[in-house]
Amino acid sequence: MGVRRPSSLRSAAVAVCCLAILGAGCAADTPQNTFDPEGPFSRSVDDLIKPVFLIAAVVFVFVEGLIVYAMFRFRRRSEEDRPEQIHGSTKFELAWTIAPALILVFVGVITVSKIFYLDRQFKDAMQVEVIGHQWWWEYNYKDGDGKTFVAAANELHIPVGRKVQLNLTSADVIHNYWPPKLAGKIYAIPGRRNHMTIQADKADFYYGECAEYCGLSHANMRLRVVSESQADFDRWVEANSPDRPSFSYPIVGSDDQATASEEAKGHTLFLQKGCSGCHAVNGVARGAVGPNLTYFNSRATFAGAIFENDNDNLRAWLRDPPSEKPGSLMPKLNLSETEITSLIAYLRTLGDPGLRGAPVPSGVAAGPPQP
Amino acid sequence: MTSVLEPPVLLPEDPRPIASGALRRPARTDGFWSWITSIDHKRVGIMYGVTAMTFFVIGGFEALLIRLQLASPNGRILDANAYNEVFTMHGTTMVFLVVMPLGAAFMNYLIPLQVGARDVAFPRLNALSYWLFLFGGLFLYSSVFLGGMPNGGWFGYAPNTSIVYSPGHNIDFWIGGLLITGIASTVGAVNLITTCLNMRAPGMGLFRMPVFTWMALVTQFLLLFALPVITIALFLLMFDRNFGANFFNPANGGDPVLWQHLFWLFGHPEVYIMIMPAFGIVSEVIPTFSRKPLFGYKVMVFSGIAIGFMGWGVWVHHMFAVGLGPVSITAFSISTMFIAVPTGVKIFNWIGTMWKGSLRFTSAMLFAVGLVSMFTIGGLSGVTHSVSPHDRQQTDTYYIVAHFHYVLFGGAVFGIFAGIYFWYPKVFGQLLDERLGKVHFWLWIVGFNLTFAPHHILGLQGMPRRIYTYPEGTGWDFWNMVSTVGSFIIALGLLVFFANVRRTDKRHKRDHLTVEADPWDARGLEWSTPSPVPAYNFIESPEIHAVDDWWHRKYTEDEDGRMQRLDDYDKAKASAEEHLKPGQAVHLPSPSFYPIIAAAAIFVAMFGVVYGRSAGANYAITGLGVLVLVCTLIAWALEPSTEPDDALVDADADRLLGLAPAGSAQAELGSGDGGGDQPALTSGGSSGGGAG
Amino acid sequence: MAAVAVEHGSEEVEHQAEASGHAHPPTNTGISNDKVAMWAFLGSECLLFGALISTFFLYRSRAPLGTVKPHDVYDIPFTSVSSFILLMSSLTMVLALSAFNRADSRRAMVWLSATALLGATFLGGQIYEFTVFIREGMTMKTNPASSAFYVLTGFHGTHVGIGVLMLLALVILIRKGRLTPERAETIEIAGLYWHFVDVVWVVVFTVVYLLPL
Repeated sequence: MGVRRPSSLRSAAVAVCCLAILGAGCAADTPQNTFDPEGPFSRSVDDLIKPVFLIAAVVFVFVEGLIVYAMFRFRRRSEEDRPEQIHGSTKFELAWTIAPALILVFVGVITVSKIFYLDRQFKDAMQVEVIGHQWWWEYNYKDGDGKTFVAAANELHIPVGRKVQLNLTSADVIHNYWPPKLAGKIYAIPGRRNHMTIQADKADFYYGECAEYCGLSHANMRLRVVSESQADFDRWVEANSPDRPSFSYPIVGSDDQATASEEAKGHTLFLQKGCSGCHAVNGVARGAVGPNLTYFNSRATFAGAIFENDNDNLRAWLRDPPSEKPGSLMPKLNLSETEITSLIAYLRTLGDPGLRGAPVPSGVAAGPPQP
Repeated sequence: MTSVLEPPVLLPEDPRPIASGALRRPARTDGFWSWITSIDHKRVGIMYGVTAMTFFVIGGFEALLIRLQLASPNGRILDANAYNEVFTMHGTTMVFLVVMPLGAAFMNYLIPLQVGARDVAFPRLNALSYWLFLFGGLFLYSSVFLGGMPNGGWFGYAPNTSIVYSPGHNIDFWIGGLLITGIASTVGAVNLITTCLNMRAPGMGLFRMPVFTWMALVTQFLLLFALPVITIALFLLMFDRNFGANFFNPANGGDPVLWQHLFWLFGHPEVYIMIMPAFGIVSEVIPTFSRKPLFGYKVMVFSGIAIGFMGWGVWVHHMFAVGLGPVSITAFSISTMFIAVPTGVKIFNWIGTMWKGSLRFTSAMLFAVGLVSMFTIGGLSGVTHSVSPHDRQQTDTYYIVAHFHYVLFGGAVFGIFAGIYFWYPKVFGQLLDERLGKVHFWLWIVGFNLTFAPHHILGLQGMPRRIYTYPEGTGWDFWNMVSTVGSFIIALGLLVFFANVRRTDKRHKRDHLTVEADPWDARGLEWSTPSPVPAYNFIESPEIHAVDDWWHRKYTEDEDGRMQRLDDYDKAKASAEEHLKPGQAVHLPSPSFYPIIAAAAIFVAMFGVVYGRSAGANYAITGLGVLVLVCTLIAWALEPSTEPDDALVDADADRLLGLAPAGSAQAELGSGDGGGDQPALTSGGSSGGGAG
Repeated sequence: MAAVAVEHGSEEVEHQAEASGHAHPPTNTGISNDKVAMWAFLGSECLLFGALISTFFLYRSRAPLGTVKPHDVYDIPFTSVSSFILLMSSLTMVLALSAFNRADSRRAMVWLSATALLGATFLGGQIYEFTVFIREGMTMKTNPASSAFYVLTGFHGTHVGIGVLMLLALVILIRKGRLTPERAETIEIAGLYWHFVDVVWVVVFTVVYLLPL
């Protein structure tokens, strides 16, 4: 076996790594990019890690540089080579123990204050109870007395520039709430309560997902945070009031099928096909397993924020929920196409699509019925 | 006090045949059954290695499935349930059935050789460890046919793994498989600790032990203390599932976070258990191919011990997003930062070893330097995790997946392959083809980085872990595809390795090639024995005068401190080729059936536990297994470790004693010793007992 | 040939005494392999019981309203008596070793049997206690505190049980002449295990029974 010099292929491989990691910072913006913080809490951790990444990059270049240099410089030139048998050097050992330790002291110092900052609870923050379910997020906005003034799901509406404290728990297994552009993640654990404060700098739509393996459809448990102006937010709160009962249609019997409106037929189906057993609609149903549907049409997404709330998606979902979302607790109800049409019509009366904070898809009717 | 090997004895004049029969102690040392009953640490090591390699292929196949599924959005290769099983099994397999046992393979094979012993302290216990590992892996994989593989992740967080959310038997198989392999490692730890502390050759104080043995010793202590914690965690989960206990049941006051604490109290030392043997391996390989001693021997030993201790104080860094409060987060952030110091020291010492050396880039050396380089990257990303506020972004994302693959694949697996290329000639008496080895290395350097470097980006772009698919519009498509391409390059590299093994074997058999005792001009005691190592390891106890004593029998330092060949170089090299002379015999521990039977009993008992949950009567199977186990252990205890009367009789018995039978490769090995002595040996019978 | 059987939860670790005809080979530490192995094993057991005791400590007052928790049902006087019995068994174990060291095999068997008997009595007391607790409404399923209690004391009891079996095995081997006083170390190693199980009980009794909520 002759002496073999490592080719420059090796250095190329190392260079590719560097570029790849650098590429992260220069990548085009993506919906859940942690390098694009849009709130003070995500920005503070981004600011914290930048010097650390820089230090890591410098150390990386230095150490890999030493390795590559050594590989070339000290390669065996002849079998007669008789290198000096250096056993060690206290000087160097001290140097490469103390220098890294000092760097780490610096990193430690800048880190600690941020840890306490992230844990702070602010008196002026709006309080939202966040409950993780398999596989969707429930939000209950609480007033000063702890009473729920909005019950929502999938999308968290927040006013721009205001601190919002999320108080998280879970109804089943451990979940993990993560809106990357606004904040890091925090577990939602059954039997425990965690808190995290978020704040958005501007009005926008933020994407996130559950980040703790929570069973079959963990990948299908997503979330949106809709930050909007105070005025828009107030309008959304007002329209999502839990005290306002939904319009109650008369039950449509088999004789009235021809004359009844689609919405009325849908309302009847909602009650008769078992929907009301799992879903709540103010004044109509009290189910507590699935999301509260009182303001369903005000949501831009459904089924754990994985589908845009348009008619095609809704039809496919109502046809066979488990095939759309593995493990879905909502079963296949074996509805006919006309039944689905009626149900969709009814669901479209539940809430005002103008409050979604996102463009309204075509075909989605505008708003609740006029009594 | 010192530990000395029993010197060879003379064969008697008229050896008698061993009585044979079904209930007699096994005596054969060749053939299939000899492997089943072998308690020779070298065979146990080889079995560990071959079995672990098989699981490596299986785990790798699972990885390829994952990569195929994630190559593009809305993948359709695996459905949600299949994906969840595959990623669980990939992690569980790679940690418990590949990296740990590959480390064990090396530790089993090398520790007695490196300390100058004939075997480990408890040879039958050693065999038990292997059989339990095999049966544990089989137990885990039997779930494929029995209702579904474990699907709770390799970390099994409660309450997802509770009976409410995982009603099938999947998790029961996970619990059972890990309990079985846990016994294997605990028992192995007791064995190897005793060996290292008690069975070192004369003159080998602890600070003359090779660094590999030191790292192995630290690993064994970590195993000894970490495994009980996960054992309890698994039992608690089992009691929740089987008997309605409430340890992790939040509905009745249980705390799921307790599982996490217990799991990670084990889990963090576990990662050091996985990396330390590889650290030990490269600490042997790099000095050999640099022709310089390891830079900073004492510092390397102490930093290993430091990592072993400090590794117990960082476990909460796996739980930074759990909501434990700023005080604990701060404490564990700081402790995690500081564990980087002894680890970094090692990197610098390895570079220092190479510095001003005379570097020869064999495949082994390439992989060893590969570890130093790739582990640096993994270590640096690890330091970024210690910045816990930002870890709230990093944790549970592909950024973490990148980190641990860099340290476990780029670190542990590369190190293990450095060891494979390095010690292959010693173990098998064959030299792997260097050109194919280099092809393997370059395919892996490129493939590995192509697979895992993009994960850093994906994680920071918001891709969480353990998702079976992702939608359009996330921006993750490109790097996922790159990663998938890389994974197939890794697969190709592994195929090249297997082709190398096969080709080497065929070439050696066809051309009757042999390998010298010390083909690399290396440093450790194991290179002072023939290749492959005879059953008895050493003819007589070596006397140790320094670290790397074998090297010091070949070389010294001149006035400038440069390496200088000794006059006795040739004599030393010749002595390494010596075998027992005809008529000589050595007492070795005798083979035994009991280890495999005991392991099988535990295996059967565990099925009773799984199925006892659905029908109480099945616990009778557990009872039966335990009964068989108890009887086996009693018989084992009453069986002597060596059958003294049998050990010195008959031509067949020669094999028991480590003498080569006539016609074996060893017998034909004229060996490079100038033929002054008779080539190895003929069978005792035909030599007529003539004293050597 | 002497056998030393030790159980570790669902595992069994076997230590082989020297093969007949061979003296103790010298070791670097001066302590025999079997004894080093037992110490290492006991180190591992410390973590095993440590995890169980920590779990109990964390859970000892976790009992949803209305459910029975351990502190409600303890009979401290009764448990004190059985603890005393177990402690006495350590004394008889020491006496057994001392007798065997003096080559008094007969005495040794007596003391070993006494140790086994005391251990079995302790176990009997535990089992009786458990039946009372169950009757009073505290089972494994009742709440986290009860689960933790039963698992901890159950693991300990299992260790005692295996110890009892081991001691009886030693008695039988001495009786049959297969364990002779030159190999007194076997008794010593068994003693190490037995004393460990006893010390664990001291900790458990303190943390579990005596420490107020």
